[in-house]
Amino acid sequence: MRTNDVILQTVSKIVFFIIILFSIHLFFAGHYNPGGGFIGGLLTSGAIVLLLLAYDIKTVAKGFPINYITLIGIGLLFAVGTSAGALLFNVPFLTHAYDYFYLPLLGKTSLHTAVLFDTGVYLVVIGVTMTIIQTIGESE
Amino acid sequence: MSLLHLAIFSPFLMAILIPFFYKGFKSIHTGWFVLLLPILLFIYFLKFLPVTRNNEFVQESFDWIPSLGISFTAYVDGLGVLFALLISGIGSLVVLYSIFYLSKVKESLHNFYVYLLMFMGAMLGVVLSDNLVTLYMFWELTSISSFLLIAYWYDRERSRYGALKSMIITVFGGLSMFGGFLLLSIMGDTFSIRELIAQSDQLVDHPLFIGALILVLLGAFTKSAQFPFYIWLPDAMEAPTPVSAYLHSATMVKAGIYLVARLSPIFAFSSSWFWLVGGVGIFTLFWGSFNAIKQTDLKGILAFSTVSQLGLIMSLLGVGAAALHVDFLDDNIYTLATIAAVFHLINHATFKGSLFMVVGIVDHETGTRDIRKLGGLLSFMPVTFTIALIGSFSMAGLPPFNGFLSKEMFFTGMVQLLELDIFNLGTWAILFPVLAWIGSVFTFIYSMMIVFKTFTGKFQPEKLEVTPHEAPVGMLIPPMILAALVIVFGLFPNILAYSLIQPAAAAIIPSLVETGEKLHVHISFWHGINLELFMTLGVFALGALLYVTLNKWDKIYRLFPGKVTLNVLYDSALYWGEKGSSNLTKSYMTGFIRTYLVYIFVFFSGILAFTMFSKDAFKMETSNLASIGLYEIALVVLIIASIITILVAKSRLTAIIALGAVGYTVSLFFVIFRAPDLALTQLVIETVSVALFLLCFYHLPKLSRHEERMSFKLGNAVISLSVGIIVTLIAIASHSNKLFDPISQYYIENTYEKAAGKNMVNVILVDFRGFDTLFEICVLGIAALGIFGMIKLRLERGRANENK
Repeated sequence: MRTNDVILQTVSKIVFFIIILFSIHLFFAGHYNPGGGFIGGLLTSGAIVLLLLAYDIKTVAKGFPINYITLIGIGLLFAVGTSAGALLFNVPFLTHAYDYFYLPLLGKTSLHTAVLFDTGVYLVVIGVTMTIIQTIGESE
Repeated sequence: MSLLHLAIFSPFLMAILIPFFYKGFKSIHTGWFVLLLPILLFIYFLKFLPVTRNNEFVQESFDWIPSLGISFTAYVDGLGVLFALLISGIGSLVVLYSIFYLSKVKESLHNFYVYLLMFMGAMLGVVLSDNLVTLYMFWELTSISSFLLIAYWYDRERSRYGALKSMIITVFGGLSMFGGFLLLSIMGDTFSIRELIAQSDQLVDHPLFIGALILVLLGAFTKSAQFPFYIWLPDAMEAPTPVSAYLHSATMVKAGIYLVARLSPIFAFSSSWFWLVGGVGIFTLFWGSFNAIKQTDLKGILAFSTVSQLGLIMSLLGVGAAALHVDFLDDNIYTLATIAAVFHLINHATFKGSLFMVVGIVDHETGTRDIRKLGGLLSFMPVTFTIALIGSFSMAGLPPFNGFLSKEMFFTGMVQLLELDIFNLGTWAILFPVLAWIGSVFTFIYSMMIVFKTFTGKFQPEKLEVTPHEAPVGMLIPPMILAALVIVFGLFPNILAYSLIQPAAAAIIPSLVETGEKLHVHISFWHGINLELFMTLGVFALGALLYVTLNKWDKIYRLFPGKVTLNVLYDSALYWGEKGSSNLTKSYMTGFIRTYLVYIFVFFSGILAFTMFSKDAFKMETSNLASIGLYEIALVVLIIASIITILVAKSRLTAIIALGAVGYTVSLFFVIFRAPDLALTQLVIETVSVALFLLCFYHLPKLSRHEERMSFKLGNAVISLSVGIIVTLIAIASHSNKLFDPISQYYIENTYEKAAGKNMVNVILVDFRGFDTLFEICVLGIAALGIFGMIKLRLERGRANENK
């Protein structure tokens, strides 16, 4: 018999967004403050795991129709693509570049290719943790 | 690539074509196609005789691996051309003989002729190479092709045994020889034999000289079946008879003789050479002839007789080395031994080849080679009998045949040792003529056995499977040619003297003919009453007497227990070698990971402790230590308590929780040592791994789920303590040995300047050292895919099993 855990599910829905926001904050703050792609990715998957605990695998899979193995591949492509992109500008592999731009809403913003690399890390970490947890969870 | 190279490689090229002949012309015996080649080669090598008889030579070279100084230098001098003629000449006869010996229908002829041609080419390569590496390559090719030929009837157990035995022994020798060659090339800085000979007087004093000598001799002795390596030769008699005739009488077993002769100019200055070559040779002569008499198989007798005759040639080459030490004499009589060696080499090839062919005929026409079953074949096979008579009498050393002359010269060489006063020979020198004489008596006896036990006496038709009759004429022609040569060389030995023997002897002892004059060949001195003649007469008299009374004294062979032969030694060495290594492997490869971890940790701590103490590397400096705060002490106490809990916990659950405590304490350490990124990551990762541990714990099989404390093992405790102590000591020592400043200053200065970041850890991870991160995320990806694959595939397999 399944117990009715409505409190857990309601709280999870709210807390999920807080965790996601925190993880995105950690991810973007990484270049200046503690954080970065790795811990950001771990926290994002932590948020999804919370949903997994509150609901079940099928419901969460419906909410996030993501193939996490593909996500690993996309993340690796981001990392390798950023690194290899440097070759197009006739500089060594993995040379990053940054500059300041005026963007419509944000104003003067510093953009850094290292963020793209970190995005790769972020996506791989989500993909890896979710693949492991989902695989183990689905196995009998 | 000259014509000479083409001649050496032609058998290999021909071997490629053999399968096409075999498949394409089924009605013609493949041997007829093969026959052309050795005849052409023989004629080709005859062309060199006018060159070599003036002690000149022909040399052709092409580069093989020039960067290593390895070229294929073909070099034809007196010795080379003699062997090349033997190989191609007897090769032609053997091919002709094999056409009639091997059935076109029953045998896989393509295999036979491919192996035979490979062997012929390899042998030509051995005797005509000037480069040591090329020589070694061809040498091993002879071993391999001989292995293939001995096991030609591979469905017979004895053939495979014989082939394997000859392979093991000759390859052992071949590899030793290669070692010797390498030493020689280190000493002389060249692979060329001729260049080595040119500096032979300096090589003698080199510290590596004696090692090279022994290693090279090991190669020569194993190949030429000298004591105690002769044991493969009797077992190699399982090969088809043409192979025995070719390989094991005329050519391959003479490769060792060739090597000794070829390298004599380098090594003969050493007294060890004289002792080893001469001593082993003379003992092999005696031992081979002594053992030949107890054989009952005709090929067995011939095998031991080959061993014994090779010993004779070897001892003559050894004694011939003495010539180099007494060259102050005007009339150098010691060169006689070398000349005798060359002469007997030719003679042995002729009569032993014909005898093997005779035995093959007897085997072919009666179905057996056992002398206890044979007898009285004279009236059935008169021609075969005549050939056997000529061959055996020549082997025994009876007068009108060539064996008589070379045996006389052999005695002369041995007796002359008595007059020689070198190497502190003293009274030991008497052993040489005495052993030679006794060996000759035995040789006489077994030679008589071959002829008379086979062809005379009582005919026993009931023991024979087929009715004996004379062999087809094609099978008789090759031994007839050889027998004719036996007589011709016996009556007119001097036709060989200046065309073949003198150039070959000159190649063996070149320093004696440097002045341009030729060696005087003594063969014409075969009449005259001297000690040697009386020795020969004594051999005949005692040999005849012993042969007649053979039944009375052959019991002495039973005095030796069968268990102390060299064959038993070889077999048990193989057996114990296999069993010993199997036991050794079983003793340490237990299959328990626990044991292997013990090896790894013992080795790890042992080698590190040894290095620490032998280099006196331990050092402890306290000046650069930071002060210890209260928090650190508290955390250390906490972490130690957790670790002890893990070790002594009765429940696994407790251990897992304690491990989690260790992990969280470590993240607290990161906090107080100011590593926020590490602390964050450590917290999350520790949570995940504890969850995974709990998952594992939950799925433990119920059978072995006993909750019991880890048992205490003293060995494990000692090993883990020593590993811990060693690692601690190394950590202290390396912390006290800071040789230069860390490079972190650069990162501190440039994190913002060059990478536009303020979190140094992250900037290092994605920018300065982003390469590492790239592959670490690859590692994560691989781990995830691995877990996914492991679990999904297991499920798939489980379903497949259910469906069955």
